[in-house]
Amino acid sequence: MNVQAWTFLLVAASFALYIGIAVWSRASSTKDFYVAGAGVSPLANGMATAADWMSAASFISMAGLISFMGYDGSVYLMGWTGGYVLLALLLAPYLRKYGAYTVPDFVGDRYYSQLARVVAVICAIFVSFTYVAGQMRGVGIVFGRFLEVDINTGVWIGMAIVFFYAVLGGMKGITYTQVAQYCVLIFAYLVPAIFLSLLITGNPVPQLGLGGVDQASGMALFDRLNGLHAELGFAAYTSGTKSTLDVFFITAALMVGTAGLPHVIIRFYTVPRVRDARLSVGWALIFIALLYTTAPAVAVFARTNLIASVADTPYTEVPEWFTNWEATGLLSFNDANGDGRIQFVGPASPQQNELTVDRDIMVLANPEIAGLPDWVVGLVAAGGLAAALSTAAGLLLVVSSAVSHDLLKRTFLPQITEKGELLAARVSAAVAVLIAGYFGMNPPGFVAQVVAFAFGLAASSFFPVIILGIFSKRTTREGAILGMIAGVTLTAAYIVWFTLMHPELNNADHWWLGISPEGIGTVGMLVNFAITMTVSRFTPEPPSHVQVLVELIRIPRGAGSAHEISA
Amino acid sequence: MAQHDPKGRPPVTDPQVTARHAEYWRRNIRYLGILLTIWFAVSYGFGILLAAPLDAVRLPGTGFPLGFWFAQQGSIYVFVILIFVYVRLMNSLDREFEVDEGGDA
Repeated sequence: MNVQAWTFLLVAASFALYIGIAVWSRASSTKDFYVAGAGVSPLANGMATAADWMSAASFISMAGLISFMGYDGSVYLMGWTGGYVLLALLLAPYLRKYGAYTVPDFVGDRYYSQLARVVAVICAIFVSFTYVAGQMRGVGIVFGRFLEVDINTGVWIGMAIVFFYAVLGGMKGITYTQVAQYCVLIFAYLVPAIFLSLLITGNPVPQLGLGGVDQASGMALFDRLNGLHAELGFAAYTSGTKSTLDVFFITAALMVGTAGLPHVIIRFYTVPRVRDARLSVGWALIFIALLYTTAPAVAVFARTNLIASVADTPYTEVPEWFTNWEATGLLSFNDANGDGRIQFVGPASPQQNELTVDRDIMVLANPEIAGLPDWVVGLVAAGGLAAALSTAAGLLLVVSSAVSHDLLKRTFLPQITEKGELLAARVSAAVAVLIAGYFGMNPPGFVAQVVAFAFGLAASSFFPVIILGIFSKRTTREGAILGMIAGVTLTAAYIVWFTLMHPELNNADHWWLGISPEGIGTVGMLVNFAITMTVSRFTPEPPSHVQVLVELIRIPRGAGSAHEISA
Repeated sequence: MAQHDPKGRPPVTDPQVTARHAEYWRRNIRYLGILLTIWFAVSYGFGILLAAPLDAVRLPGTGFPLGFWFAQQGSIYVFVILIFVYVRLMNSLDREFEVDEGGDA
């Protein structure tokens, strides 16, 4: 069997598995649809959260991004894991105790205000749609590269699959397919990484191989890579080029944004008890860390391998994988000085760089670089699809519950029946799939900035008002609404100004205090905190039933039946 | 909000119980303070602010520059440990103050 046949087989088998799970776990009530009946075990929920969280970007692009950024790539590694500590310690147990179905549910009740609820709904929908567009695009791209179908056809196939299990199964269907998707994606990520680590360092554990000795030169791997970088005029791999302040702010924005993303938060409503919510965040982070500690190793292996095999090599003697990927346009060589050799050099070199490398190649081409069997290539395709589909489904559920639960049931149509609400949830999930598919086929030109936007927005809107809602009884409706609006407006204005209106000014000389648009969410969050706390001091304190509610949230006992009664 | 009480009882008003709950909350906040200080130290401290000076040292027995290791490996391991420590601390605190939810420990 060739690569193409293996890819078809593995992708088709994984899709059949997801559909099978969806049929088995149909949702029969709104509680099933929104929170999987709150009966998911902490371990299964941890896996589902990990799949929900790790998107096509984590699976395909992150290692390549780190590979090109070196130390600067740390912002993603720390930023996208450290937020789980905040979730476990500050958010998940209390939100589980409250026992709502959605994030705006909590915001609206805690701040005794329909306006606060609606502001939260708008933020939740906006964050989720910006994120989901990138996922559907990722599905299309994986289909396009590995199965040689048109990107739009790939998006249609992806939509059909997500439609099936999200509309039919709701959170229940999504949870159990995500468990399967995690297994597929982590296996697909680790197999090539282990082989690559053996090849380069002789150690089968990538995390240890990374700190080990390069087999080819006998030097420590980092010394070899830093040496190669110095020779070719790149900045040292282990020191990076961003300012310390910017690294600090970007990391903080990503961490806090992670803890404020609605599709992550709602996963912790699905476990039976407060204690399970805490434990479940721990499991989630273990499963995420398995990929996130492997990624920097893959980045270094791929980088070293790339430089060693192509730099200053005559074009006629390049390895076979080089020629294969050149055909896809992800690698391109332009012999500027006409010497027939590949000059792959950095900005500090007197020579001109002649090689352009797309960062995605670092993960996608790994199996070929390591000379692995054809089935591993098919596995990577199935893994990329699992990562994209699982994240898309989680996001679509947030959109659907924001419409059917927050807008209809809790705001405009309180008389709606259980059956009616379930139908509304399915219809809005279906519509959301179609809209996401449209964005996947016609992506806005600024997808990369849009992801920074989603994190900045989550950091500057939800995080402060949820934290203060739990930890400060004195926080008032007026404070929370003004805080959310101020934080989001500031963050959005800064990002739009530099990325859409004045991209030519988007550099460290023009940024405020040298903080990039990726890191501005941290400032937005601080502004939100400051305004919410200040306004709360000067407005009438929350009604006593809200203060009692906060007291009850803080105590674990009595969570089990909480939301049959409140909802 | 009485409707959140599972048995529909009025909210707790017994001053002794209220004082117990306040003490429970203070202990929780103290745990949070300690754990979040460690969280900050390993990521923002060792991984970012002090990364450059720490890079002069290698993680013993490996080729990792220490600051770089904290930024791309060590901080993530510590995050996982922090959550599991918190889970254990809170489970025993819940039992001590009799606010646990029953079932298997």
